[in-house]
Amino acid sequence: MTQTQAGGGPAPGPDPDGADPARLLEVRDLRVEFRTRDGVATAVDGVSFGVAAGETLAVLGESGCGKSVTAQAVMGILDSPPGHVTGGEIRFGGRDLLRMSAEGRRAVRGARMAMIFQDALSALNPVLSVGQQLGEMFQVHRGASRKEARAKAVELMERVRIPAARERAGDYPHQFSGGMRQRIMIAMALALEPELIIADEPTTALDVTVQAQVMELLAELQSEYRMGLILITHDLGVVADVADRIAVMYAGRIVETAPVGDLYRAPAHPYTRGLLDSIPRLDQKGQQLDAVKGLPPSLLRVPPGCSFHPRCPLARPVCHADEPPLYEVGQGRSSACHFWKELLDDECAE
Amino acid sequence: MTSAPSEGAAARAAGAGGATGAHTAAYESRTALTGTAPREAREAILDVRDLVKHYPLTQGVVIKRQVGAVKAVDGVSFELRRGETLGIVGESGCGKSTVAKLVTSLEAPTSGSIRFKGEDVTRLSGRALKAVRRNIQMVFQDPYTSLNPRMTVGDIVGEPFDIHPEVAPKGERRRAVRELLDVVGLDPEYVNRYPHQFSGGQRQRIGIARGLALRPEIIVADEPVSALDVSVQAQVVNLMERLQDEFDLSYIFIAHDLSVVRHISDRVGVMYLGKLVETGTESEIYEHPTHPYTQALLSAVPVPDPGAEAGRARIVLEGDVPSPANPPSGCRFRTRCWKADERCAREEPPLRIPDGAGGGAGSGGEGADGPGRGTAGNAARHPSACHYAEEKARIVPD
Repeated sequence: MTQTQAGGGPAPGPDPDGADPARLLEVRDLRVEFRTRDGVATAVDGVSFGVAAGETLAVLGESGCGKSVTAQAVMGILDSPPGHVTGGEIRFGGRDLLRMSAEGRRAVRGARMAMIFQDALSALNPVLSVGQQLGEMFQVHRGASRKEARAKAVELMERVRIPAARERAGDYPHQFSGGMRQRIMIAMALALEPELIIADEPTTALDVTVQAQVMELLAELQSEYRMGLILITHDLGVVADVADRIAVMYAGRIVETAPVGDLYRAPAHPYTRGLLDSIPRLDQKGQQLDAVKGLPPSLLRVPPGCSFHPRCPLARPVCHADEPPLYEVGQGRSSACHFWKELLDDECAE
Repeated sequence: MTSAPSEGAAARAAGAGGATGAHTAAYESRTALTGTAPREAREAILDVRDLVKHYPLTQGVVIKRQVGAVKAVDGVSFELRRGETLGIVGESGCGKSTVAKLVTSLEAPTSGSIRFKGEDVTRLSGRALKAVRRNIQMVFQDPYTSLNPRMTVGDIVGEPFDIHPEVAPKGERRRAVRELLDVVGLDPEYVNRYPHQFSGGQRQRIGIARGLALRPEIIVADEPVSALDVSVQAQVVNLMERLQDEFDLSYIFIAHDLSVVRHISDRVGVMYLGKLVETGTESEIYEHPTHPYTQALLSAVPVPDPGAEAGRARIVLEGDVPSPANPPSGCRFRTRCWKADERCAREEPPLRIPDGAGGGAGSGGEGADGPGRGTAGNAARHPSACHYAEEKARIVPD
């Protein structure tokens, strides 16, 4: 099953993701709306994707494309109101999370599915020591005593390679550097050995040398525990290195999914291509950057037809009228562009 | 060199004339004088020597005594030539933003000199300082906090004229502001809107228009595109490049994003803990880095090409940047460096062209070639502050 097309009912179509019920997480046709004073903003508009155990899916997009809201909906931490999940299903280990009780979800959250946030300083509690915060996980979910919890916390800090973990467990978040704080976030996410980790821009606030350390650690721990990882980012560079598959989001929809190599070699959506052309490369001294013209649309006023058409160099009248479905364009690849074939032929010719 | 006084005259004449398009006219005359010379051959418009900024650390409430200093900038020297872009890269806390504040005279240095067209800015005050400040303008990082939310765009872009009324007389301001908005690619009809009505990229254009208002010769841009989305970032970088050509501006472009800096810069300086550790042309730094820190920094940048990542030399540094209040003895990078030995702890390596640069045999002959680029022999002929400076292969994928 792919997305529900505008107007039509649930249309059976080719499944670009190759839906597999055995997959760890299966999100289908997820919709999230924000009811604001100025109207209803559809932040997530019929998004479907899946993650298998041990797999890394990168969700790529610019600010306001709905990538973080998708993560929050999956995690069940959407600010509500104003946000509301208005449709779709999120199947995790065979059960639909959206039909679960609040208590049921709380048992899943943290224990089986955990999240790493971008800004560790504001995600950690400033008035509790990091040892207490890490230990709390074991006290709440596993009924550990305070002493056991503390021992576990130190063990976790060692696992994410925080030097002098035993002495530092009593320190507060502000006493750690940015990279060390992000390690503590990772330790917290790993604490109960979850099956799925969602990392929302985990390295955006860090310097490049520290970013490399943190990404390396995350990749290592992921393969050790065979966790599914959803990596949410705007950085095409970080993704190239660690992801298995990529889903590109634009204005609340997935516009392209592909294995990582294919996406960089030959993007099948003009937005993806625009993004790739607009970043300066470390290994090339380019002339002018091929910037995508214009701005991403406001989610309150998403253009009709293909939401990318006002910025698209390929746009034709059909794009103004018809919203393109997510076409299957190759092995495990899909693109929501009417002219994907042209794009791919063009790239092959180059 | 010789063009400096005549340009000033041209700018003043255009300003006093107050004719339509005074802005572009003044710039055109400047471009006409210098536009043809290659960037490397042009005169240095800004000459920074041994710049130091220490922020005192004090203890005690009533009787304050100094217990130390944060050595934010600790002996930095560089030149900026007319019409070129000098990129300064480094991680947070390396002092790059402090350099920006010192160059724009927003902070007074502890010691050192900043010569703008031969005149030491650090010794100026009053009217003379004001005149220099007009010529060195700044574009800030965060377009959300650097624009006053209660002022209209017209007031924001026009405010520099309140301080320097000689640039645009009262009757001309409205028109000058509309022209500036047009130059940076904004609709001049937006003059009466407020910053919150614009997107991040548009706000950064407003910040750039404000920076251009006084027709400066130098613009110091401190992380101007870091807060923007990728597609918008490219638009602003393109705009800055167009404006540089149009108005013959010199940029000091400060950023932590090494890819953006390579794209826009002619020359690059790499900073670590208050010091420049390596300087050179864009290709010298990116293709032939010799300082271990530059190599580590470059190797850590992810490249958006899964193929290129394979087989690339990766250096993952241990630990964090030490505190600038208590930097390591000798070489400041030694605590994270894989090459460090006792000598590094003892002797501080100066920023100079490494011995034996130019490759073993026949180096004497190559020295006479001058600043040739790209050839393997001349590759390491740029300053590097390391006792053991040498090139390393496959840092940046080919």
